[in-house]
Amino acid sequence: MIYDYLVVRFGEITLKGKNKKQFVVKLENDVREKLRRFPQAEIKRHFDDLEIKLNNEKSADVLAVLKKVFGIQNISPAIKVGTDLNEIRAGVLRVAEQEKGAQTFKIAARRKDKRYPIHGSELNQELGGDVLKHCDWLSVDVHNPDLMIRVEVGYHEARIYGKEVIGVGGLPVGTSGKVMLLLSGGIDSPVAAYLTAKRGALIEAIHFQSPPYTSDRAKQKVMDLSNKLREFGGKFVLHLVPFTNAQVAIRDAVPEDYRITIMRRLMFRIAEKTAVKRGALALATGESLGQVASQTLESMNTINAVTNLPILRPLITMDKIDIAKIAKQIDTYEISIRPYEDCCTIFLPKAPRTRPDRIHAERFERKLAVDALVNEAVEGIETIVIDNDSNQDAVSELL
Amino acid sequence: MIYLDNSATTKPYPEVMDTYQTVSEQYFANPSSLHSLGGKSEHLLTRSREQAAALLGIEPNEIVFTSGGTEGNNLAIKGAAFAYRNRGRHLITTAIEHASAGNAFAQLEELGFEVTYLPVNTDGRVSFNEFVNAYREDTILVSMMHVNNEVGTIQPIKQIGKFLKQKPKTVFHVDNVQGFSKVPLHLMESGIDLCTISGHKIHGPKGTGILYVRKGTQLSPLFAGGGQEHQLRSGTENLPGICGMVKALRMTLENEREGIDHLTKLQKQLFDGLAHIDGAVIHTPQQLSAPSIVNVSLLGIKSEVLVHALEKNEIYVSTKSACSSKESGASGILTAMGISDQEAEQAIRISMAYETTESDLDVFLQTLTEKVGQLKTVMR
Repeated sequence: MIYDYLVVRFGEITLKGKNKKQFVVKLENDVREKLRRFPQAEIKRHFDDLEIKLNNEKSADVLAVLKKVFGIQNISPAIKVGTDLNEIRAGVLRVAEQEKGAQTFKIAARRKDKRYPIHGSELNQELGGDVLKHCDWLSVDVHNPDLMIRVEVGYHEARIYGKEVIGVGGLPVGTSGKVMLLLSGGIDSPVAAYLTAKRGALIEAIHFQSPPYTSDRAKQKVMDLSNKLREFGGKFVLHLVPFTNAQVAIRDAVPEDYRITIMRRLMFRIAEKTAVKRGALALATGESLGQVASQTLESMNTINAVTNLPILRPLITMDKIDIAKIAKQIDTYEISIRPYEDCCTIFLPKAPRTRPDRIHAERFERKLAVDALVNEAVEGIETIVIDNDSNQDAVSELL
Repeated sequence: MIYLDNSATTKPYPEVMDTYQTVSEQYFANPSSLHSLGGKSEHLLTRSREQAAALLGIEPNEIVFTSGGTEGNNLAIKGAAFAYRNRGRHLITTAIEHASAGNAFAQLEELGFEVTYLPVNTDGRVSFNEFVNAYREDTILVSMMHVNNEVGTIQPIKQIGKFLKQKPKTVFHVDNVQGFSKVPLHLMESGIDLCTISGHKIHGPKGTGILYVRKGTQLSPLFAGGGQEHQLRSGTENLPGICGMVKALRMTLENEREGIDHLTKLQKQLFDGLAHIDGAVIHTPQQLSAPSIVNVSLLGIKSEVLVHALEKNEIYVSTKSACSSKESGASGILTAMGISDQEAEQAIRISMAYETTESDLDVFLQTLTEKVGQLKTVMR
């Protein structure tokens, strides 16, 4: 590879006006954090981009990491040359020869330094002519080229870019504040976590477990999912709620067809309390409209009534098949389909009510010590921080 | 002791044996058991699989833990042939495969499959053009070793893989038991669908191995049973072995670059040193061979005699592949390379590991010179 630089461009951040700097600095920190395992790489922040000098770190490996960082629109490998026209010409030819496999090309040159004597369009002609002369396998296609060679002439140096790689987009994690996500272990909720984090939220997850009805494997599953989601945020906080007593109380006091509705109402109350404690301003779920009984509009209306926090439902309009597609992309699918019981699959009624209403729900709850059950659960929460190092668990030294 | 039979097997790393023992004692529960002890074992198995996948640059669900090279080759070859038998009945392999592959093909022939055995040239290498000529529309499987176990010759895997990338209906299996950690081979870039690796050849425990099964490749399992290893290899997982092997895999790959450089120097030392020994004829090609193996005939001395003479000085080499050394007669690959039976019966294989030193080879070369001198006088 001839490229010794990677240039990272921001997406929407550039629209943020006066707040832009704060977003860019956060992104720079995220990139620094993620590239810690490439000690040679040097990162420099410019007004429009981050410039990463590779210093012999493998460009493909660094790229693979950057492709997962929220807030990055695209990444281009680049070489730097002096502003002298001959140097630029030689550089463009190097890039053209590197990108074998392309049959058509286009030059897109731009002067950042408007005092530079040669205009962009003249540069295009000059450099394009060079490439045509030296690379007989390439022809010009200005509309849909296989290879777009971008040239940027600055004040002291010129950059020549190779093939651009698309980033994941979104906003840097944490720039939107904190969100408490209800993580079940199924396919949907990790995808909801991913999409919410992508919009700049710092995710903390809350998971309900009901031992002995749920097992250690179900807990391990949620830990493994959290560890996957950590890759996008850098650190992941997981709250494990002891939920057995609440579930048993619901089973004993509530008619079968309302059990799920009441259970969800308790979960939201517990999640809200935890959110307030942890400074989260919203809840998030993996609900998708009409997917199951608890996700009809009537159910959501009845369940939602217990909290005033906004509830983010990034999957609400998505089909299961599209959700599964994202789960596969972010590598949570295989973990999610592990077949362990979670708290939502135990005490499952034969026919849950698909159109519950608030009046009935409130009436059934009068037979329950709701506040006591919620408080007991919140007090019993076990909070686990999953960061880079917790990957080094007890089994690591065996391997 | 100077151990120069590393292609037969290697000495396990002490760290690997530590893991083997700890896992045997503390993670003895069956990973399929529902209780939390089983959960601990299952977690360890999952982590082993993830680490192995990361080291090999593949997906965790593309790894099947096996009992070693023989099982890996059998599962790959027979498993693919059975799974795709409705697509065609033609298979391609080479004349110089390890017994675990060669005999699997012989079984398939008895079951009505047609097998083309590609011949090799005097270097022990198949020709790409002959391969292309042998290829047919009904070829469902191509299987060959990356590095030959007796001579060390490297086969044109990348070239053949590139050709087969355009043939989605043909499965490509590579036996990389000898090549792994000796000659780099990129599974994805080389268009490989199935790849066999053995644990005990890289300082792991015996009875361990990995078969890489590329996503989307169908195999018919050899064992019926509880459906472990993604339904491909039933039987309770050998967790101590698996963990030990994965550790050996990591330790080996951490040293791969320096290790290969070191082996290359050692091989040159052997080539140079053997050139000074009267009657030594080297069969390992100087170009395109694994740096870990040198195969040489010492004219006039039966290899078995030489093996026993060297062992008196605690130097261990072998005659031919350990798996076929008990059968009498000349080595299959040497004869296939056009070497006379007599010369082939005088061939020994010297095979090295990363831990072999230059002074090991100095002592070996000196001892060999002496023994050759003595034996020639005796036998004359």
